[in-house]
Order: sequence, then C-alpha cells, then structure tokens
Amino acid sequence: MSSERRYTPTHEWIQSVGDPFRMRVGITDFAQKEITDVVFVELPKIGKKVPRGAEAAIIESVKAAFSIYAPMGGEIVGINSAIESNPALVNADPYGAGWLFELKVDNASEWSSLLDENGYRAHLSSGSVGGH
Amino acid sequence: MSLELSGGEESGSMRPPMEPTLWQKSRPGARGVFPPGISPEALDGRCPEQIRRKSPLALPELSELDVVRHFTRLSHLNRGVDTHFYPLGSCTMKYNPKIMDRISEITGFRDLHPRTGPEGMQGLLEVLHTLEESLGHLLGMEAVTLAPAAGAHGELTGILIARRYFESKGDRGRTEILIPDSAHGTNPASAAMGGFTVRVLPSGSDGGVDLGHLAETLSEKTALVMMTVPSTLGIFEKDLLKMVAMVKDSGALLYMDGANFNAFIGLLRPGDLGFDIVHINTHKTLATPHGGGGPGSGPVGVKAHLAPFLPSPRIRKEGERYSLVSPETSIGPIRSFIGSTLVLLRALGYLRMLGGEGVRRVALYALLNANYLRARLSGTLPRTGSGLCAHEFVLSAKELGAEGLHASDLAKEILDAGYYAPTISFPLIVPEALMIEPTETESKETLDRFAEDFRRIVDLARSNPSRIKEAPRRTPVARPDEVAAARDPVLTDPASLHLS
Repeated sequence: MSSERRYTPTHEWIQSVGDPFRMRVGITDFAQKEITDVVFVELPKIGKKVPRGAEAAIIESVKAAFSIYAPMGGEIVGINSAIESNPALVNADPYGAGWLFELKVDNASEWSSLLDENGYRAHLSSGSVGGH
Repeated sequence: MSLELSGGEESGSMRPPMEPTLWQKSRPGARGVFPPGISPEALDGRCPEQIRRKSPLALPELSELDVVRHFTRLSHLNRGVDTHFYPLGSCTMKYNPKIMDRISEITGFRDLHPRTGPEGMQGLLEVLHTLEESLGHLLGMEAVTLAPAAGAHGELTGILIARRYFESKGDRGRTEILIPDSAHGTNPASAAMGGFTVRVLPSGSDGGVDLGHLAETLSEKTALVMMTVPSTLGIFEKDLLKMVAMVKDSGALLYMDGANFNAFIGLLRPGDLGFDIVHINTHKTLATPHGGGGPGSGPVGVKAHLAPFLPSPRIRKEGERYSLVSPETSIGPIRSFIGSTLVLLRALGYLRMLGGEGVRRVALYALLNANYLRARLSGTLPRTGSGLCAHEFVLSAKELGAEGLHASDLAKEILDAGYYAPTISFPLIVPEALMIEPTETESKETLDRFAEDFRRIVDLARSNPSRIKEAPRRTPVARPDEVAAARDPVLTDPASLHLS
C-alpha cells in the first residue's frame, strides 16, 4: 500500500492520509462533471460502520441525487464539513478540498482489488460507465 | 421587478412579459367584493376576543379584478396538454376527456360527507366495488384496494403487504428488496420506508436487467423483486418470464410497478405474467388529474394469497348491499376514509366509456404513436435499446457534448418550437437522456410536426450550437439559475417584506 490514489468503477477515489488504515474518499473529476453542479451533500455520521460497496454519502445536483459507495469497508472517522456549507468545492477541487469522508478501514487487503490510475482510465474509455 | 432572468429588453425579443407576483401588484386599501349589508367590521364582532388577531395579517391587497387578471394571465403563460403537445416521458401526459370533469361533479357523489355511514353511500360503494372488480379483471389479480393516494403510496402499500405476508408465515429473514437501477426513484424510497434494505440490480448493455446479476443477488433474504414493465427505458424486458421464474424459485414475491400500464392495458395482465402485487397510477392510465386538479390514486392489485393483508376498510358486497369491514389480518388503514373517491369515479367512468375494446386500443395507440415517433426520429440522436419500443423511448444527447450542449439545452429550444419539453436526465443510467412519450391521444399530424421540429433542432445544435444556448426566446423566463436556487434558496417574495 502506498499514498497512491485508487478508484472504483462507480467513480469514487480513495487515498491514504499518512496512516495506512486511515483513508480519504471523494468522487473523481469525471464524476463531478457528470453530476454537474453539486447543490447538497449528505455526509455519514462519524462512528458509522460501512461495509465495502454500501452507500456512505449522497450527493445532489440539480439533475438528481447520487449514492456514493464506500470503496473499502470500515468506520467513518472524519467528514469534510466544509462541503456541507460550500458544496461547490466538490466540483472545484474533487481530489483536494472537495473530499467527502475518511474511513478507518477494516481490511487493508481490499486496496489491491481497486482500480489504479490506468485501470480507471481504461474503465472510462470502455464506455461501460455506470454507477453515477 | 427583480426578475433579471426575463431579458425582455433585447431588441426583437419575442419574450412575453412575466406576470408580477400578487405582492408586487398589491395596492394599499384595495379589496374584493363584500355582499350588501355585511361590513368586514361587523364580521370582527362574531369572532371571540381571545382568538382575534391583534395586528392585520400580512397579505397582499388586491381588487377582485386584479386577482382574476393575475391568474388568467398566469394560465396563459402556462403550458399544459390543453395548449401544447406534452411528450414528457414517464409521466404519460395524455389528454383526459372533459366529460370526466362532469362525472366527478355529480352532486350525489361530490357532496357526500366523508363520515357518511355505508347505508348512506350505497351508490358510491357500488361504484368503488365495481371499479375494484374491473381493475382486478384488467390486472389479472384476485383482489384490489383503491385506498392508496398515489402511485408511490401504492408501492408502500404493496411492500407492507409483502412484509405482513412473510411475517404471517413466520419468515422474518426476508429483509431485502431488489430493484433495477432504471426504476422510478420512488421504488427504493418505498422499500426503505417499508423497513427493507434495497439491493440495486444493474442493467445490462441492452437496458434490460442482467440475469446473471439477478441470480447472484437473489437469496433467502429476498422478500420482493420490483420490476417496472415496460421499464423506464420504454423496453419490455425480453427475459421477463425467465426472471419471474427465478424469483418464484427463490421464494420471493414479485412486484410490478404498473406506472406504465397504458402500454399494455387490455393486452396483457400482470397477474398472468406471474406478478403477485401490482400498483397502477390512475392519472397515467385512467384519465384522472395529474395533480392540481385533485388528489392522486394508486390502486393496488394482489393475488388471492395476499388478499387478507389488503388495507382496511374493505368494501364487502352481500346480496345487493355494501358494507365496510376491517379484517384482523389487514395491514390496517393507510389513508383516511375510503380513498380519493372522485378521482376513482373518473377512473371508472373512463373504463366504462372505452369498454374492453377501447381499453385495448389505448395500449395499441400508445405503442403505435411511440414507435411511429421513434422511427421518425431515427438518425437524429442515438437511442438506448433497439428494435420496437413500448409507449416511450429514450434518446441520448451525449454526443452533442462536443458542441458544449446538454439535453437541457435541446429541451429549451423545444420550448421555443411550441411544445412542452421531453423529460431530461432520467432514467439516470442514460447520459444526457431525453425521454419521449407521445401518449395515445396525439394525432399523426402532431407527431409529424414534432418530428420535423426535433430534427431541425438537432441539426441546428450541430451547425450552430450557440443559437441553442440562447434558447428559449419565447418564454417569460428563460434560464433560471437552478444551481443558485438550490444552494441558496430565497423562499419569501422580497416584495412581501415591504408590505408587512
């Protein structure tokens, strides 16, 4: 495991924030463009346990509401409160100030099954983009 | 006026002026008509002192004529099926014959008090019982409830029935409901309200449910599988009968979201296809109002093994007499009294007017019109799915992204061409979706005119996208800032603050 960013086919990213078990999650640049202007974000409660692939947050645009799934299973240990009052951050800086929540992951080996940068790019160009 | 959106100052604009709000039109001292011999001051004295207002209520002040002109002008700015072709996919904006309004105004029904006992409303109970039987026949279901107040309320009712059914068998392990990703958003919402966990079934590349995924997801935890037939993509699942068999084998119940029943009413019966529970939306299928004109109704039909759980009260017929009963096995009342009775009266009137053959022709024309328009629009934008469609079809404007355009931009230009716009951005699984449903009540001439305009608009989008970005030019409001409105909503008319 490294500080490398990994991805899901449903357009979440996940990245360690130093501690190998503490991971930060957000949506990809592709996803924020597809969703268009984010107007509301519903973040999970700290302490909530989320299995891998379970809905962890909801993002709303003027088009629709989108479920955000946990890329790895774990416990919510941090949320980005800044995006609750300023949801535009998710569009402006999806990999930075627009992050969503942080997980204390249960099983670090889940990491290896996620898409790397090239894998995610290949997924996008394959056209089979679902999820968001 | 603070409506900067209107842009009516541009030279050569065809934009009608926006009607000011009642607050903006308020004039101090203006008021409506009081009948002779009654003064507003005299009315004050009839109200007990302790509940009388100490200060006047902050309301706009207008004459009767001001109010009449205000609402008449608004009605002229409005677009409805009475004024424009309305291909709003998924919503089935068909024309409701005006005689249905007369039927719901029959005083013997209209003036009944909700607390009237069964002996005082035998006629109404007969109407409702007859409608239950007619719907049961059309749906292939042994019992029907007319109580739910809308389609989504019907979903919740069906889900509570499924829950009670498994509880009655002592099976408490079935906690999951499976729903395709193309479903109406109400399906997962109703499942969650009913206390179930939602599992999403992803669509395959043809827009249908992926059988392999269904097999993986079905388990002894599955209580219900909710299918929309035809799907929101306007497609009859080609593997529907296989899916039905797989669900039956798993011991789960099958639910049909019958919102699109106008695509096969009189042709196919959900009960014969193997479904256990089905709801329909009377406003989409049976000529009742789409909001505004009255409450909704979402009747639910079930197979015999689920009949004991239907909501109470139930209408029972013994000889020629009707009574209301509340069986102990019922899930209980789900709405006040006995449903949206005047809406249901219209639904029965519509079925009676059309008869069996007429009802069949509703479906045939819904299918014919959609397929005619689909064929006329082929070559404009790519469609999701192939072959025949059902009562609607979905195009994707994704390729116009290269010109910087979205489906919403096309929709704005469609408004200028003199139509209500199609549904956009739904279903979510199609990027830049335009969902077109002509409905059974439109003529070939209307469809031809729309097809020509649609083709012209897509051509314009390719040749001169900046023109499309300027649309609409003929509506009082052009492009409201939806993002700012959602992020920072202003819920009070600023003009009202100056008056209070």
